[in-house]
Amino acid sequence: MSAIAQSNPLTNLSSRSRLRLSIFYGFLLPIVFVSLLAGVGIGSTHISWSTILRVAEFKIFPQAWTSSAHVTKADEVIVWLIRVPRVIVAFFVGAGLAAAGVLLQALFRNPLAEPTLIGPGEGAVLGGVISFVTGWSATSVLSLPLMAMLGALLALLIVYAMATRGGVTPVATLLLAGVATSALLGALASLLLSVNIVNWQIAQEIVFWMMGGLDARTWTHVWLCAPFVLLGIVASLLQTRDLDLLQLGEETAASFGVDVESSKRLLTLTAAILTGAAVAVAGLIGFVGLLVPHAVRLILGPSNRTLLPASALTGGAFLVLCDLLARTIHPPTEIRLGIVTALCGGPLFIYLLLRQYRGGAN
Amino acid sequence: MSVLEARNASVRRGGRTIFGPASVCIGAGEMTALIGPNGSGKSTLLRLLAGLWRPDDGEMLIDGKATHGLPRKEMARRVAFVPQETQIDFAFTVAEILAMGRYAHRGRFSPQSQADHHAINSAAADCDISHLMDRAINTLSGGERQRVLIARSLVVEPEFILLDEPTANLDIHHALDVLHLCESLSRKGKTVIVATHDFNLVTRYVTRLILLQGGLLIAEGTQEDVLGPHTIQDVFHVEAEMIPTKTGQPVYVFHQRVQ
Repeated sequence: MSAIAQSNPLTNLSSRSRLRLSIFYGFLLPIVFVSLLAGVGIGSTHISWSTILRVAEFKIFPQAWTSSAHVTKADEVIVWLIRVPRVIVAFFVGAGLAAAGVLLQALFRNPLAEPTLIGPGEGAVLGGVISFVTGWSATSVLSLPLMAMLGALLALLIVYAMATRGGVTPVATLLLAGVATSALLGALASLLLSVNIVNWQIAQEIVFWMMGGLDARTWTHVWLCAPFVLLGIVASLLQTRDLDLLQLGEETAASFGVDVESSKRLLTLTAAILTGAAVAVAGLIGFVGLLVPHAVRLILGPSNRTLLPASALTGGAFLVLCDLLARTIHPPTEIRLGIVTALCGGPLFIYLLLRQYRGGAN
Repeated sequence: MSVLEARNASVRRGGRTIFGPASVCIGAGEMTALIGPNGSGKSTLLRLLAGLWRPDDGEMLIDGKATHGLPRKEMARRVAFVPQETQIDFAFTVAEILAMGRYAHRGRFSPQSQADHHAINSAAADCDISHLMDRAINTLSGGERQRVLIARSLVVEPEFILLDEPTANLDIHHALDVLHLCESLSRKGKTVIVATHDFNLVTRYVTRLILLQGGLLIAEGTQEDVLGPHTIQDVFHVEAEMIPTKTGQPVYVFHQRVQ
């Protein structure tokens, strides 16, 4: 038996979908690579590629191997302390939001579920504001992402309780519950902020953070975001078979042996970790969790085992490129990153919404 | 051979008893139909038997053991459930849908085994859908979709297959196809339970009928035992005329009851 299995290795994938997967990654991986390089190489200050290479060499290899003679302090700061962390943060925020989108779309069985559109984003903002105004963020930097995750979880639980009856979430109810929850949590965040302004500079910083953007991201932000996003993605990858069955309906999932309640709890927690980690370092960046999974699903199909990792990688590259656009399209000012992603994702959202309503009317 | 059993099971919703108390015992390669008008409790009994719902009073048993004590996956390996709603909005391929049926047999990380592969292929062959494996489920017709979902329940290699209104959305040709398929499964030793309101269609195929009304079991047995004109009039509120056919099994023609 095992001899047969070895001589005839079987997987879930037909040869056709395996070919499609190889072609997809054949395009995606170079795009990821080029986007990361472009993100570091291009900016308002011109720095030559050889300088960038020298800085990288100087930073990555042991000091004894290289000489820092050819690297000016300014170049070092721009490349290593400004651009590199910004690109890494953009990549992980994009990956986290896209993965969270995939999870929420399976949880609500609805392709319009998106982390910043249906509540968890504002929940994370409220959590972040609480950690700012209580001063926790000053005593421990970790409190910002942790509070953001807690806020996202709270918002998800509220929206789920409001919008889902018997495992079914109508699109109108989901969006209305999402809008209502977002408005409420957003108002709470603003209220907290306005009664606690003691220092104008801090308030301004918080407001800019709430608007969404990646300017002045540091290595601290990388460490606050990347481990949680990785944790969330690994946790999601463990749940892909449950996700597939849940996407067919809770009763079906249960009849095939899925422990639906515990599976949904784990799924919600994972989506909250991903959303919270992303919002904590980038504020509200809309539509990534909608646009990316939708595009990947069109190419690779809805199976979460392939959709999840592909969406995470695509989301990372997408946000790095959006951020590059945001800071180079209209120099010397930067456009807010959320504007770029909204301009890309908004039309798709409207299209999907119209299609669902037409579908529902038939 | 295994036996599924309800023992004084009842279900309450919002302080009202919507089902039971009822006791029933089904097993040993039978093909049974749960029949009754809308809201009579067919679907409730089916979900109780499948272990999807827990009775508020009484208990459900499989081979004399309480089903709610069993791990979810073990129950899933023994009792398969085919829902009434066959519409699937996501573009999974038929092969992917069938592979999902092996959930309870596979560990979280184990790749598909030879046994998985065999179960999927033979279920596809039994339901005559082998040629559809690469198609997306949302591009299939209603009859094809129903066959795919029955195949998915076979992939489980269960002892019991429970189907909720499997013919409700099908034209007569495909409805007979599906019932014929169910009958052939029961001949192969599966215990098949079909919940339906269309008893005219199923009487030819089943070995046993269970009639429900208002959440209670009111009759069970063969067609002659259960579906006399008076019973039909009492339960369905229509006048029934029995007409003999060439198969030897009478069919019913219904007339609105004169008040």
